[in-house]
Amino acid sequence: MRTLHIKLRRNLWTLREQGLAIALVIAAGVATFVMSLSTLDSLRLTQQSVYTSQHFAHLFADLKRAPEATAERLASIPGVAQVATRVQAPVTVQVADFPDPVTGLMISVPDGQQPALNRLFLRAGQWPDPGRDDQVLLAEAFAQAHGLSVGDRLSVVINGRYQRLRISGIALSPEYIYQIRPGELFPDFERFAVMWMNRSALGAAFGMEGAFNSVTLSLAPGQGAASVIEQVDALLAPWGGLGAYDREDQISHRYLEDEFQQLSAMARFIPLVLIGVAAFLLNVVAARLIRTQREQIAVLKAFGYDRRTVALHYLMLVMVVVLIGSVVGVLLGVWMASGLASLYQDFFRFPWLEFRLRPQVAVAAVLIAGGATLLGTFTAVRAALLLPPAEAMRPAPPARYRRTVIERLGLQRLSQPSRMILRNLERQPVKAGLSMLGIAFAVSILMLTGFSRGAINHMVDVQYRLAQKQDVTVTFNEPVSWRAVHELRSLPGVQHAEAFRVVPGILRNGHRSYRGAVQGYLPDSELFHVLDRDLQPLALPREGAVITDHLARLLDIAPGDTLYVSVQEGHRPTLAIPVAALVTEYIGVGVYMQLPALERLLREGGSVSGAFLAVDPLYLPALQQALEARPAVAAVSLRDTLIRTFRELMEDNILLFTLFSLFLAGTIAFAVVYNNARIAFAERNRELASLRVLGFTRAEITFILLGELVLLTLLALPLGFALGAGLCALMTLALQTDLYRIPLVLTPATYAWAAAVVLGATLLSSLMIGRLLRRLDMVTALKGME
Amino acid sequence: MVDRQPVFRTRGVTRVFGDGPATVQALRGVDMSLYAGEFVVLLGASGSGKSTLLNILGGLDTATDGEVWYRDQNLSQASERVLTRFRRHHVGFVFQFYNLIPSLTARENVAIVTEIADAPMTPEEALDLVGLAPRMDHFPSQLSGGEQQRVAIARAIAKNPAVLLCDEPTGALDSKTGIRVLEVLQDINQRLGTTTAVITHNAVIADMADRMIRLTDGRVSEVHENTRRLSPAELHW
Repeated sequence: MRTLHIKLRRNLWTLREQGLAIALVIAAGVATFVMSLSTLDSLRLTQQSVYTSQHFAHLFADLKRAPEATAERLASIPGVAQVATRVQAPVTVQVADFPDPVTGLMISVPDGQQPALNRLFLRAGQWPDPGRDDQVLLAEAFAQAHGLSVGDRLSVVINGRYQRLRISGIALSPEYIYQIRPGELFPDFERFAVMWMNRSALGAAFGMEGAFNSVTLSLAPGQGAASVIEQVDALLAPWGGLGAYDREDQISHRYLEDEFQQLSAMARFIPLVLIGVAAFLLNVVAARLIRTQREQIAVLKAFGYDRRTVALHYLMLVMVVVLIGSVVGVLLGVWMASGLASLYQDFFRFPWLEFRLRPQVAVAAVLIAGGATLLGTFTAVRAALLLPPAEAMRPAPPARYRRTVIERLGLQRLSQPSRMILRNLERQPVKAGLSMLGIAFAVSILMLTGFSRGAINHMVDVQYRLAQKQDVTVTFNEPVSWRAVHELRSLPGVQHAEAFRVVPGILRNGHRSYRGAVQGYLPDSELFHVLDRDLQPLALPREGAVITDHLARLLDIAPGDTLYVSVQEGHRPTLAIPVAALVTEYIGVGVYMQLPALERLLREGGSVSGAFLAVDPLYLPALQQALEARPAVAAVSLRDTLIRTFRELMEDNILLFTLFSLFLAGTIAFAVVYNNARIAFAERNRELASLRVLGFTRAEITFILLGELVLLTLLALPLGFALGAGLCALMTLALQTDLYRIPLVLTPATYAWAAAVVLGATLLSSLMIGRLLRRLDMVTALKGME
Repeated sequence: MVDRQPVFRTRGVTRVFGDGPATVQALRGVDMSLYAGEFVVLLGASGSGKSTLLNILGGLDTATDGEVWYRDQNLSQASERVLTRFRRHHVGFVFQFYNLIPSLTARENVAIVTEIADAPMTPEEALDLVGLAPRMDHFPSQLSGGEQQRVAIARAIAKNPAVLLCDEPTGALDSKTGIRVLEVLQDINQRLGTTTAVITHNAVIADMADRMIRLTDGRVSEVHENTRRLSPAELHW
């Protein structure tokens, strides 16, 4: 038995290169699996832990103004555990040396202490001193974006009054983990600030002494939100309540969920595909590797070793490889996951990060990859064991061949080496097919992990070059008269201005609803278009609305149906809007109407929410300053900034993840191709040596061996392209969120990239095999047995 | 019938495998010649060095020391590239286990050599010479052992080699089939005048040769010239 162990060690050494390649596939498969699921687990766990320990509220409501006494009545609603009232004020912020417009939200905290709900996490500095009106806590994301720290000063305009404030501390809130300006799609840490100030000071500055305009509530355990929302709404209606909502509609939570949903789709899909592919390859490769050991197995049997011992011997050989691959894979996966999770932290502003590797995840990964490998080994060992030893020890009898289809079709003018290549492939169609499938899988996972970059470029192109052509979007604090738009036209650099109206509301169809808005645009708008399927501008109908197809799916609504909108401003009417058509949009969701039609529905005239501007780029800085100086302007967004923040979002979120996966997919691709080549070499060894004896040059036998490999690869490419396109299509379906839908756009670059990696792997493997061919020992090979 | 023009000459050829205490001295100074057109049997026990010598003559291996001349070319100094060319154009090999390419038919197994040779006969001619013309479109798996060996012979002679080197050509065959193979070899030797060297441990075969060279422990121990060559049909083992 000891000798068998020595043999095991030596075999491992002899087979080290192929063993390493197999271990590499296992490691890559396991690492992707562990990385993806652990990243997701860790982010979820962190979210839970932050929500719990920071007392993240369950319900939120904004209103015009209510006396503080209302809080007690809110607290007495059955099922409400805690109530925290506060004052929220929109502010504009001036940061030294930063020219762009910055808006922010000032939120009150009880003087000198934590609020009951949505507690802040103090990263640095201290709480504002009670009674002080010149100290604020600043959200970390904004502070980092501008390099601000404790003790620095800020200028803020609250309620039209300029104030100098000192940063007393840097804080993080569970309400702003995804720190985004209301109404926008992407976070912009540089241009949107969140700050906290003493209640007494903010109340005084905003005219809210003894009153509140925002309230958050927590619910008793097991209490449903719906009935409480109803009562809260009834209670706050006289005070200009804008409708209470639960976590599902809380911006940070909703976006966080969206992002997690997307990440989770990716984190399940990609690793499952990768580990599935790895499992398939490992099975095939292990089986072929064992088949090259046929004669040795026979010899052991001839010596009188029983089947179990021999089988165990080879299983152990492979188990060592599995073990190495698994350990490396788990460690690599954990390392990448912790890196990835902390990178996500730049984006999801959690005060802390909890890392979790569930043992089940690691075990499942190892079982899938290792199990497939061992299964392949086992089947091959069993086949070898079933042969009588005398038969297995002889050099294998000449394998049965026949003329290939190509030859039978009449293509006779092939050289003998070409014939050998073709017949080898055709004689063992299953083996050739499996090799091809393996390479095709490698191509497909490369496409899957590589296609998002092209798709995202396409999204940006469609959204910001075809659909929305405005350079600047100006949003007013509240609906204003058309005159404001005429005034904008007179500002420096403005070439063209178009008004638009956005009416926030709850969109309903039957029991389905969605918190969104109805948007009205000029019928002959030059700057804003909705696009049809062929990306051509679609004229808005005179009556009724055009809505995003994704929204239509959410609401289960189709053209011809009526969409009901509970408007969340003004007199809060309910509108009935016929759905005229659907449009495909990649970013956000919308309900689009002609502005006059929307005005008729609202029974109002002449008020606008904002304007799109076409601007001479030379005047942009001056224009920004001019806009900022106007008190009615709530937000100014620049197209270039939007594009940039969108790209940053995508890079942080999707590209980062796919980059990691891409690396692992590349590893798998290389290992597959290399092992294919390596095993083909082991199988052909003798034949190639015979040819060398007959006077064939190295180049000529290299052609025979590598010709087969290259031919297989070339045949596998189209198959891989088809598989890859299918996988990409599946993934785009899995990745649809309200925030954005990644279109299935497969650019030539995506195909080229996947093909290049696989061909590169083929070339590299060829070079490595070429080295083996140079060392081919003619004399030994001719003896028939190693 | 044998003119005394040497095709191969060796002077003090040694071949050492391995180094240190594990050294094996396979050849310990072999001096011999092979003459044009003759049929030589190299006889020796297992481990006597006969295969090593054949491999060196055929350019599959190089001597550790000593000289090997093919006509006026010194093989002992030749590069890998030169040896490949030498095998390609001048040497025909026949092995114990045939070493046919299983994916090619008999005809194609011959063609794979004629395609790269200088002035070959056609595969059909070569197969006709070994009596396999009717079976030339069969794959190796469809041929018996003796037939496979005859394909190997056809493959070896198709390039019109200066020398035919056969390593235990009958080793894997029963005596009846073996004799048929030897008949083919003798026929080729007589009809084409191809210098033929056959390695065997079967002493009986020496009776059909012009000369027998016996190797013992890496040295030539005996050279015997037959006054009368038996035909293979007269051999028994």
